Amino acid sequence: MPTDELRVIAAQRSLLSRVMIGVLSLLAVGGCVVLLASFAYGKNAARQAYDRLLIGAANDIAESINIIDGAAVADIPVSAFGLLSLALDDRISYAVRGPDGTLLTGYETALPPEGSARRSPPFYYDSTLQGEPSRFVTVVRRFSERDYSGTVSVTVGQTLRARNEMALNLTKGALVMTGLAGIALILSAYLVIRSAMRPLDQMANELLARDPYDLTPMKAHGPAEVAVMTEAMNRFMQRLDRQIGAMKHLISDTAHQLRTPVAAIRAQAELALEDDKDHQPQRLERLLRRTRSLGNLLDQMLSRALVIHRTDNAPPKPVDLRDIALQVLDDCDPDLLAPGVEVDLIITEAPVIVMADEVSLTEAGKNMLTNALQHGQAPVRIGVSTNTNQSELWVEDAGEGPEQDVLSRIGGRFERSAASRGTSAGLGLSIVHAVAEAFGGKITMGKQANGFRVALVLPTQEEDEL
Amino acid sequence: MIRAALFALLLPLSVSAQEAVQSFAAPAATPDTEIIVRSTTDIAVLTPALNAFVALYPGISITYEQWGSNALYADSRAACEGQIPPADVVFSSGVHQMVDLVNRACASPYVSEITRALPASRTWRDELWGITLEPAVIIYNTALVPAEDAPTTRFALLDLMRRAETPYRGKIATYDVEASGLGFLFAFMDSLEATTFGGLLEGFARTNSVATCCSAEIIDGVASGEYLIAYNVLGSYVSSVPRENIGVIHPDDYTLLLSRAYMIPKTARNKDGAEVLLDFLLSDAGQNILAAGNLVQRPDSDETALSESAQRPIAIDPKLLVAMDRHRRTRFVGQWRSTFGALPAGGFLSAP
Repeated sequence: MPTDELRVIAAQRSLLSRVMIGVLSLLAVGGCVVLLASFAYGKNAARQAYDRLLIGAANDIAESINIIDGAAVADIPVSAFGLLSLALDDRISYAVRGPDGTLLTGYETALPPEGSARRSPPFYYDSTLQGEPSRFVTVVRRFSERDYSGTVSVTVGQTLRARNEMALNLTKGALVMTGLAGIALILSAYLVIRSAMRPLDQMANELLARDPYDLTPMKAHGPAEVAVMTEAMNRFMQRLDRQIGAMKHLISDTAHQLRTPVAAIRAQAELALEDDKDHQPQRLERLLRRTRSLGNLLDQMLSRALVIHRTDNAPPKPVDLRDIALQVLDDCDPDLLAPGVEVDLIITEAPVIVMADEVSLTEAGKNMLTNALQHGQAPVRIGVSTNTNQSELWVEDAGEGPEQDVLSRIGGRFERSAASRGTSAGLGLSIVHAVAEAFGGKITMGKQANGFRVALVLPTQEEDEL
Repeated sequence: MIRAALFALLLPLSVSAQEAVQSFAAPAATPDTEIIVRSTTDIAVLTPALNAFVALYPGISITYEQWGSNALYADSRAACEGQIPPADVVFSSGVHQMVDLVNRACASPYVSEITRALPASRTWRDELWGITLEPAVIIYNTALVPAEDAPTTRFALLDLMRRAETPYRGKIATYDVEASGLGFLFAFMDSLEATTFGGLLEGFARTNSVATCCSAEIIDGVASGEYLIAYNVLGSYVSSVPRENIGVIHPDDYTLLLSRAYMIPKTARNKDGAEVLLDFLLSDAGQNILAAGNLVQRPDSDETALSESAQRPIAIDPKLLVAMDRHRRTRFVGQWRSTFGALPAGGFLSAP
């Protein structure tokens, strides 16, 4: 028992850990995606923010250019550098260039890229400042004064320290948020799985605490998935319950049914011993008849046990009732049971298909035929008939049928009077009854034009439904 | 205590003209590293700090070269481009020039607990650090200038210069912006700080004021009575050699505060030593010694009880690059020259 419990706990743990591993790997992949995305986003945001400072400074400088005595002179405003120094630790480069590209003031390092003349300003470009990656912008100002005409370009550049720092901070912020969300996700996943597993735990405990003979249905608690399992288990227990019930009945029936015939046999045997020699052959004859009858009874009881077992366990299959009728006729030897009685077979040309178990049906048919042969009057007929809803396997004899009070008791587990007579009509019909019930059918009995008919009626299975 | 040698070199024509050299090493020590410091600061002013340093680190000796700020800038740029051997430390009052050097990627970064503690306005890119805090002051000859005339603000100075028949004609001195990097920086910051600058230039022109080169010359001139008032003199130099007849005024309207900038050239051969010296100068011990030499103005000292808003530290940041702009400088110097006339032929005498 302890090892079983351990196995249960281990299985539970492994499910939990499997889901946790799934969640973790999902988070890891998601984290990588978020990292890359937020870094790209951060870089872009930083670039946009600092590009604005750059162009602000460039425009400030461009605005400060005046034409003095035929020369372009920049009066670099401190505010331009104030803007640039908002990027605290970045180096700065700037250049004011005349129409022919000569440096008017500023640093040689701020050099517009080749072919920039064709680009429409303002334009940004990436370059380096003393080997450090940097971002530049060039704006132009056009002059058409009397003594100066042409385009003065202003190029301002800055290293990327502040941009990278901002991008990194944005990424970090995003990562922290993602991390927190991830932890929340892991926690909630853990709790949800735990609570989802709890009903299983409860179920296990309930089962363990149960009386071994308690096969009543369990209460379905927990989510639908667990309820399905409970439901399946309940159905399984019901089947078990039915079978155990059937077994119990069989045992009690057997004991009940056998007591009288066995007592009778013993009485006959004692009488045979005590009677005078003249009566002995007669006594032995009776003994033999009793013994044979007991054998029949045993056959039927076993057959009934078989039917109950099969109807519970063998799944219904399409069966042709005509085959069953033939099989029944083959298995029963009418000559042996009722010498001289003819049995007619009346079957249709088309197959008559029902969903049932072949073995059970054959047993039921045999019992019906045997009853007719033993208790009815010739001629006896076995046949099959069908319509769209119902198909039946029937047995008919020319007699009046059993008395009304017998009819009303038929279908019970056994019929005492039959048993006490050493015959078993009641038991035989109870088998037919059980088969009919198991496959959704019924048993009908009644007088027809040709005599008394017993029929096993089952729903018709259309062939194209298969 | 000092095994010191003082050389006075006179190489007036060379750009890389150092004005004086002195070596510092702990007595009886055998230093295995030597750091070369090129500085605009007078040797005498820094001597106590450097002595304390070599005493603390006997393994390091210092060769201290004193330079003019413009010459030092030219030298550092040449060293940066690999034309001449570099110094291990460049320490200059021409802060705008230092910012320019850093902007040209001539500096080597360094971070320590101590440098991190500096306010943002006294450091840039972890490559330039403001070591000192020295006010730009007005000095006057207490014997010759009546107490009621002593200008406590720039407005008072303006009024003084606008007086008809002023006795201060030809008796007011200041640094020449072309000859002195520091003078240019102070004048430029004045032009940014307030509108009084235009009035001052006009006043200087009206009174035939004198623009000359060097702190010592100006201070000596005021002491001797050659000048009566000097404007924008570096306060630390005035206090370093106390004279009885010189009065010092921290202008009430605003007082510029200069932080001399310390840089380790990226080509320096002994960066480790330079970093140790930097940490020492910024440490409490170093700052106390500098404060004793009036190189660090303490906010709690009585004589400089200025309001917060009147103190205008010159922030070490890229805004100073404007002062280096060719056009801006040309325009500014042109304005200056129209006030003070052309530079004397042959320049000013280079003197410490």
